[in-house]
Amino acid sequence: MGKTIVEKIIAKATGQATVKVGDVVEPAVDMAMSHENGALVINQFLEVYKGTGLKPKVWDPSKIAIIFDHRVPAESAKTATNQKKIREFVSAQGISKFHDIRGDQGGICHQILPENGYVRPGYIVVGTDSHTTSHGALGAFSFGIGATEMASVWTLGTVLNVEVPGTIKVVVNGELPKFVSPKDIILHLIGKFSAQGANFKVIEFHGDTIREMSTSGRLTLCNMSVEAGATSGIVPPDEETVRYLRDEAGAKDKLDMIVPDADAIYEQVIEIDASKLVPQIACPHTVDNVKDIDKIAGVKVNQIVIGSCTNGRMDDIEIAASILKGKKVAQDTRMLIFPASWKIYKEAMSKGYLLDLINAGATIMNPGCGCCLGVHQGALGDNEVSLSTTNRNFKGRQGNPNSDVYLCSPAVAAASAITGVITDPRKGVN
Amino acid sequence: MKTKVVLRLGDDISTDAIYPGRFMATVLPTETPQYAFIDYKEFNSKLISKQIPPNSVIVADNNFGCGSSREQAASTLKGWELIIVAKNFARIFLQNSCNLGLRTIICPTIEAKENDELKITETEIINNTSGKKFAIEPLPKARQAIIDAGGLIAYTRKKLLEKAGACHHSK
Repeated sequence: MGKTIVEKIIAKATGQATVKVGDVVEPAVDMAMSHENGALVINQFLEVYKGTGLKPKVWDPSKIAIIFDHRVPAESAKTATNQKKIREFVSAQGISKFHDIRGDQGGICHQILPENGYVRPGYIVVGTDSHTTSHGALGAFSFGIGATEMASVWTLGTVLNVEVPGTIKVVVNGELPKFVSPKDIILHLIGKFSAQGANFKVIEFHGDTIREMSTSGRLTLCNMSVEAGATSGIVPPDEETVRYLRDEAGAKDKLDMIVPDADAIYEQVIEIDASKLVPQIACPHTVDNVKDIDKIAGVKVNQIVIGSCTNGRMDDIEIAASILKGKKVAQDTRMLIFPASWKIYKEAMSKGYLLDLINAGATIMNPGCGCCLGVHQGALGDNEVSLSTTNRNFKGRQGNPNSDVYLCSPAVAAASAITGVITDPRKGVN
Repeated sequence: MKTKVVLRLGDDISTDAIYPGRFMATVLPTETPQYAFIDYKEFNSKLISKQIPPNSVIVADNNFGCGSSREQAASTLKGWELIIVAKNFARIFLQNSCNLGLRTIICPTIEAKENDELKITETEIINNTSGKKFAIEPLPKARQAIIDAGGLIAYTRKKLLEKAGACHHSK
């Protein structure tokens, strides 16, 4: 009987010939990622060792990554102290995959991991962040866990009591029309599934559109799979995966290209014709409240955000710059750009994109999660509206419960910046 | 056990609603309870002024705890010893709750309003106010094992000691 990609990855990570949906297993972890919430992980990790007489020591410091991104530079004394505590721990435990607030190494965790070659096809990746689903873009089984669960991983090197999840196969065929992007595919899919339609399941992506998609686009798809409730999104690795890992991430070692069997058993198969898609907007206050752009065009926006682990990569900034070059952001609208990493920042700078965006009136922010989760940078005023390429629009998400957040692609964000209202980029902007 | 519904919520209550991101610099379980449902001002002030006794129940519909993996969303409710009854839960929140000992009950058909009196047994919830009974769905076995061990810290500690013991014996 055929196996899904996640069944095969889990079998390998547990040393078993096969596993089936519902089995309770303890897979070995290849990569364990945390950000500032590492401070809580450290607290819980030390708690595990309390009273054991054993010296607290992480199972394998080379398999742990910690990236500061949620509140960089620190917005408060409390955060700064947490970051200090993490630096001390990282140094004491010999954790080398640590990315501090520095222009030569920093960025958002879900960009830093792929960009530095920390993820490989067939890996088990866990992260104390729900968008850890992103790394399925490279063919890894990658999912979010809580801080205490991460403390357990740091102690034992395995994830305890994982139930092998069922898989939903999503097949996307057809050429994406101009100004329609991977973000529109995933928003459309979340609208179709609802916020809980894929709860406890894996979404496995197939089809010509996916095969021809860049790793950047695949990261967007897998990143937002969690918004349909999925444990993970995953793209079976292919030539593009190898290209990305070799050319962009500097991976030199042999890759274990685990792919699903042709006769794998799926719980559901969903087909999408990409050529028929139009730009999608997730309306307040849930990510599954998705509408075609013509239903919502014209809504006045106060703040436009391009960035986050969902859409802060090179191609996202490139399309925004191409739309905004020589134009102006509407006078009563502000636009914030958060490149997903300093590597992207530097490339966008040397290609002149950042200058084009600044000249149009955008503010370029330092790489980080920024205003996506309402921690600092770019909070909204009462009754203000944000149009954002980020991943969540829950009430209060961008820092103010009395504001609205709409989610969209970078092309829609850029076109709307010029007009100050939600605008379809296919209709041209003057 | 007899108890009361103190908050009735709908579908898709996110961890941003339970514990907004702007308080995420606060991480320690002892410090998080003050921010529970802080944008639900009336409910939060009842918690802070200790008008809500331990083992009071929040009833929600589907997908409670969706969104961010922040563990503060579980520790903030655990701090008040609340019980969460929902038609179903989002995965990471359910795991965090079981790991930390926040009591979560899956009850797919629950019907209850605020102030209803509930009786909770091993297998069902009896709404004493309406007289109706609703079956409880067992937690996934993988999660129940962690609860039975006294939470994930205790469970991991036990495994750590077994491992250390095994290493010691093999030497």
